Amino acid sequence: MRFHLTEEQQALQDSLLRALADCFPKSRLLEFVDGGSDFDSSSWNVLMELGLGGLALPEELGGSGLGLLEAGLALEVLGGAAAVGPIIGHLLTGRALAASTNDAARRAHLPGVANGTLVASIAFGGAWLPETWEINVSDGNVSGAVMHVQSAGAAQLILVGTLGGGLSLVRTGDRGVSTTPMKSTDRTRGLSTIRFDRAPAVELFAAGDPQVQRLFDEGLVLLAADALGGAQTCVDLSVAYAKQREQFGRPIGCFQALKHQLVNMAVEVEPARAMLWFAAYAQDAELPEASRVAALTKAHLCDRYVSVARAAIAAHGGIGYTWDYGLNIWFRRALFDRAYLGSPGVHRERAAEMADW
Amino acid sequence: MDLSYGAAAEGYRREVREFLAQKWQPEKRAGDELKDYVKEFRRKATAAGLLYRGISTRYGGSEQKPDVIRSQVIREEFGRARAPLEVGGNGMSMLVPTLLERGNDELREYFIRPTVDGDFVWGQGYSEPGAGSDLASLRTRAQLVADQWIINGHKIWTSQGGSATHMFALVRTEFDVPKHQGISYLLIDLDQPGVIRRPIRQMTGESGFYEFLFENARTPAGWIVGERGEGWSVSRTTLKHERASIASADALGRQFVKLIDLARSVERGGRKAINDKEIRQALARIESWVMAHRASSYRLFSCAAASADPGHIALMMKLLTTEIGHETAALAQELVGDALLVEPEAAGSGGRGPEKWLDQIMGSLGNSIAGGTTNIQRNIIAERGLGLPRDAAMGNIS
Repeated sequence: MRFHLTEEQQALQDSLLRALADCFPKSRLLEFVDGGSDFDSSSWNVLMELGLGGLALPEELGGSGLGLLEAGLALEVLGGAAAVGPIIGHLLTGRALAASTNDAARRAHLPGVANGTLVASIAFGGAWLPETWEINVSDGNVSGAVMHVQSAGAAQLILVGTLGGGLSLVRTGDRGVSTTPMKSTDRTRGLSTIRFDRAPAVELFAAGDPQVQRLFDEGLVLLAADALGGAQTCVDLSVAYAKQREQFGRPIGCFQALKHQLVNMAVEVEPARAMLWFAAYAQDAELPEASRVAALTKAHLCDRYVSVARAAIAAHGGIGYTWDYGLNIWFRRALFDRAYLGSPGVHRERAAEMADW
Repeated sequence: MDLSYGAAAEGYRREVREFLAQKWQPEKRAGDELKDYVKEFRRKATAAGLLYRGISTRYGGSEQKPDVIRSQVIREEFGRARAPLEVGGNGMSMLVPTLLERGNDELREYFIRPTVDGDFVWGQGYSEPGAGSDLASLRTRAQLVADQWIINGHKIWTSQGGSATHMFALVRTEFDVPKHQGISYLLIDLDQPGVIRRPIRQMTGESGFYEFLFENARTPAGWIVGERGEGWSVSRTTLKHERASIASADALGRQFVKLIDLARSVERGGRKAINDKEIRQALARIESWVMAHRASSYRLFSCAAASADPGHIALMMKLLTTEIGHETAALAQELVGDALLVEPEAAGSGGRGPEKWLDQIMGSLGNSIAGGTTNIQRNIIAERGLGLPRDAAMGNIS
């Protein structure tokens, strides 16, 4: 029985935290959100040199052999630092390649995804859930448009959701692929619409393959991990500010009303930490309830993130409402996490159905 | 992460099952016969190292090495067999650990064994009408006259006050010192003329707790735990051994299953409530909190087993449990609807319909008061967990 982090798992988080503090400090983040780019190659390269691309891939395929739990722990740190780049899509593409029976595709792309020299993103489309995906496949080509694709300008590979719940891989450099950037609410996740006009694609999973739902569930857990990290940052920034900001001749953190607001924020976040561990563990251990737990965890953590991000801005007062202080970055990321891969209401309804309610 | 208890624990589970199969056969016994049988069973279970594990054999315990996993296996197997665990109440949960930590040999010898046997039943004498959240302002006083303390004052909110034989109480014995330093921890026999006990009728209509008036009540000079003036710190003695468990997560899980059953059994807008979109969302929301609570219980349990510091999640569990209770009550009253207009029959009387949720709806309010109000819990989390500065006007709250 073990249900708290090992020293190795803590060391993994510490090393990512240190690397990001160095290569992507808050000053760099504030510059980035004013720059209008959808990718930051310098911080991406640092993370990939640390092995993030292959973290959750089997050792025999060039990875570290760790599981979704460790990937989640990494995403938690990245979410806390508001890191840039299509990391969830990249990790899912790696795991899709590793799980696919398409050996040629795996040989061609997995080494690059594992070491990060290839950047991969995802284009699911429809209403996020696999059964709503719309891209048509015919004669090894895909056609159709997908909105809200992250870092499409930087990605060389796109994992595309196809009609009926399949997954195919498209190279963005091939014919028939065009991208149109959109102005993203979350400036750290630059989005584009991507159009496929008979673009060549290799099929990793046919429509309806149960592996597809599993990969989608992994995406839900990773997004929840990002939400956990971001929500914790909102709590930490607010608590630190309450200790430092003085009014009426004392730190505002002395006042019970604010104290209780901060505690309510912390009590939203801290219990959800173990919930996230459980959701990731359930995937790694292939527990029968894994898919349902992923849905509930995504819904819960993304709700918590929006809630504490709002509360953080309220707790800061005027400075929290400014652009330059940067709290709005996490607020905007919370809105992204809430919507991306399906809203809390959608996943709660799925959980209700899976429980036969 | 690994939620299995491991092969050693499963081997131990088989031993516990074997013990229960042989020794727990209460069939057909009732009344005093059952009472005696239970007492004898507890003795056998203690001899087998299954109960009172943190208490030395000298005081009637089984003196086992602390092992949260074995303790959990014991709880699970006894629960499955519906066999009685240790006697409950404040005596076992609060007084005995305090005596083990801070009491002298004489007090331990005299009090622990009868408490373990269930012959001494303890009431807690902390709160007073004028001392609730600001407990240290308590005014019940004791004066040492020859070899006895003479006690005068008023204690309130004492659970098990009807059956209590004894009380552990905080009383003021020193008067020219700051309020926290003038308090002593006394043990009092409640069967004496100077003690008047009165039930307090609570909002449910039942009397779950009592108040006690002390009018020149007496207790021996030596029935004090710690020194004079140390009562505040004695009452804060933390419970060190085998306290982590997932018992409250199990209780929340059972309550959630009942809530689902309720949603399946009642109608809303002309169809089963469980098929109502809003109700499904609300149920899934509550389930998420229950799941977060359960996973956090695993986390605390795992940290306890490994002697690792769990961090401030440990301070949050009571507040979390209370909040889940409130959310559950809010949904239950929506589901029960007009049936709540009729007072439920007493528990165990049979024939109780959905209106029985009134017990939970009211009881969930008690949870936000008993054992430290929700706002006091928040102060503790703020100051000890988040490191926020103390409000000067509040003094020492921890």
